[in-house]
Amino acid sequence: MNKKSSRLFAEARKSVLILPSMVLLLIFFVMPILLTVYYSFTNLALSGENAKQLKFIGLSNYVSMFKDRTVRISIVNTLVFLLGSLIGQQVLGFLIALNMRNRNRIFRGIVGPVFLAGWIMPEVVVALCCSTFFGDEGTLNQIFSFFHLPTVEFLFAIPMATVILANIWHGTAFSMMNFQSALDGVPADIEEAAKVDGAGPFQTMLRIILPCIKNTIATNTMLNTLSTLGVFGLIYMMTGGGPGTKTLTLPIFMYRQAFISQQLGYGTAISMILLVIGIVLSVFYTRVMRKD
Amino acid sequence: MKKMKKVAAAVLASTMVLSLAACQGSGAKTEATAQGKTEAGSGETGKTAETPGTGGKTKISITFRDGGSDALKNWFEHAYETYDKKDSIELDIAPITASEGDYFAKVALALQSADTAPDIVCEDTFQLPSDVAAGYLTDLSGYLKDYKEWNDGTFYGPLVDGVTYSDGSVYGIPYCTDTRGLWYNKDIFKAAGLDTEWQPKTWQEILDTCKVIKEKCPDVVPFWCNSGVASGEATSMQTYEMLLYGTGEQLLDENDKWIASSENILKSLNFINTIYKDGYGPSLSKVLNGEAGNIASREYLPGGKLAISLDGYWMTGNYKETGSAPWPEYKDKLGIAAMPTSEGQKPGSITMSGGWALSIPQLSDQKDASMDFIKHCMSYDIYLDTIIAQGNIATRTDIAADPTYASQPFMEKCTGFLSGAFYRPRNSQYSTVTTHIQTMVESVVSGTSPEDAMAQYKSDVTNSVGADNTVTK
Repeated sequence: MNKKSSRLFAEARKSVLILPSMVLLLIFFVMPILLTVYYSFTNLALSGENAKQLKFIGLSNYVSMFKDRTVRISIVNTLVFLLGSLIGQQVLGFLIALNMRNRNRIFRGIVGPVFLAGWIMPEVVVALCCSTFFGDEGTLNQIFSFFHLPTVEFLFAIPMATVILANIWHGTAFSMMNFQSALDGVPADIEEAAKVDGAGPFQTMLRIILPCIKNTIATNTMLNTLSTLGVFGLIYMMTGGGPGTKTLTLPIFMYRQAFISQQLGYGTAISMILLVIGIVLSVFYTRVMRKD
Repeated sequence: MKKMKKVAAAVLASTMVLSLAACQGSGAKTEATAQGKTEAGSGETGKTAETPGTGGKTKISITFRDGGSDALKNWFEHAYETYDKKDSIELDIAPITASEGDYFAKVALALQSADTAPDIVCEDTFQLPSDVAAGYLTDLSGYLKDYKEWNDGTFYGPLVDGVTYSDGSVYGIPYCTDTRGLWYNKDIFKAAGLDTEWQPKTWQEILDTCKVIKEKCPDVVPFWCNSGVASGEATSMQTYEMLLYGTGEQLLDENDKWIASSENILKSLNFINTIYKDGYGPSLSKVLNGEAGNIASREYLPGGKLAISLDGYWMTGNYKETGSAPWPEYKDKLGIAAMPTSEGQKPGSITMSGGWALSIPQLSDQKDASMDFIKHCMSYDIYLDTIIAQGNIATRTDIAADPTYASQPFMEKCTGFLSGAFYRPRNSQYSTVTTHIQTMVESVVSGTSPEDAMAQYKSDVTNSVGADNTVTK
């Protein structure tokens, strides 16, 4: 009896201790999400008659969303931006981490800080740096004209590639550090044993190193996916989603609909697509991870 | 069980990161609120000081868009300095530094709460009906009964209509208006062997002139019109509507339904398309830039790098001694031609006209004092100075007759355009439809065919205003 009541007491104490954080989570995290879901079914607007009276309009935001060609364009743009950033950040991050491991001092001294700089700078500063670098009279074009090469309007001729490059610069350091610590965890004796057994560097990479760090690759991919899906400031500052719809990703389209066209309800409905994409991809990654 | 946990963890993690994205999206909101909070905070102190015996002042805050010119700020400061109630009133000048599109969003957010609403707000007259419909603005009719100038016809009739809502009440005092036309650099025209007294009669004649300029002066940009989403309302009004209304069509048909698709829309888009396809326009990196309007008027046109610019009268405000890009010879080097109708059909030329008004938010707590200050700002001497500095057209007829005002270069011609001017629809949905216009124009400029751009416009407008409120011609 005594034992039972003391366990009960321990449980109660646990619940009380956890209560404040639960309340905070409810207020600042769960409630906004539920509200967002609710607003996506309403005519919420920034101005005009609709701003006066909030009405439940059922699925009509979603119906018009599926009819809207721009929604499709921005989903495709989001996925292109995501894929480009993911591949770029991870491959580059891995290669840098690998080279750092081989203790090339000059390489360490130059490349490390360059990418770290892109990571520690706020998004706005990264966008500004990249705009001036890729701009019409920017650094890159000045280098081009110095060598008498034709200049390119990067932000207009190849806008998507340019914002992806900017995002790669911004995000590579994160992958690099993840891979660095994972590579440090690869036991040296296994590598050595492989070498003794006659495995070349390529085989060692494919059969020893990569399998050892595959969990890091999966986690890293998931984290990068979620942070890339949410990128707003970088693209908004560099291209504003333009020219036309060429870099219009879902977060920017959502902002335009909600705040510029003043249709908050429609904007929140669009943010739901973003949520769904994020959930689908995360579930996909966890499944892949679990297989092994 | 473990499986479930992992999936649940993934779902939670993704919602968390995505909600961060949502936070970024609503950055404007937090900022506006934060800004308003400080205002309200200082307002509080003003109010506590207001209690009798402490000798405090009533505080009125005034919000406008800071677009890089000090004209409005100077106006309010100057008005305050000469204000006879200076001892009992304190003025808080709280501009919003933002692009045009963001300004309206920030104002709409600020007007939603008593904590953030200013006491006087500058409203573009196209946004006014929408904000009135939302219940954001105060009906000023009661205050106007004893406003002498308002009742004796001092204010231009069409501008009074522009601030009158469909219920017949007045929601703002118009403080500027404008007309638009084709500004051209006479030096370039001379170099290209063209007549420096230019007045095209059809759109084709504009294109022909561009062709000559392109051949004779290859380094010069022949034609510039606002074309991007980043230019906001300027793209809708100075470019698209100047073209569309010149075809004889308007945005709304006679039954007040939005025309979502028509031959004339296509005709207007085709003109824009020709400008860029044939290389008469500036590079996209310049014209789709948020600074496009300033690049054209402050840099390119005075610098001899641009021949023709479709823009408003206020542009000349830049060239005055007090302006952002003083150009002493502008009176002689610049020319203005009326924008012709598409084929030269009657009335031969057209202009859109708009303007801004001073309004009092519904949630302002100093309505009486604010109205009194607005009247002071609009009094003859104070207003005369600012309207000249702003480089805008006055809303008071007695100012129009003032010699200092009337003797400004181009003033007579531009004021003359007012007589046949068209105004934007007084419809609360216009402020949403106009953003779809901007998207349509930018997509044509950046390579989408006019047909596809119009199809997208139709779908956007139908989505926003409902299929019942649109027609196809």
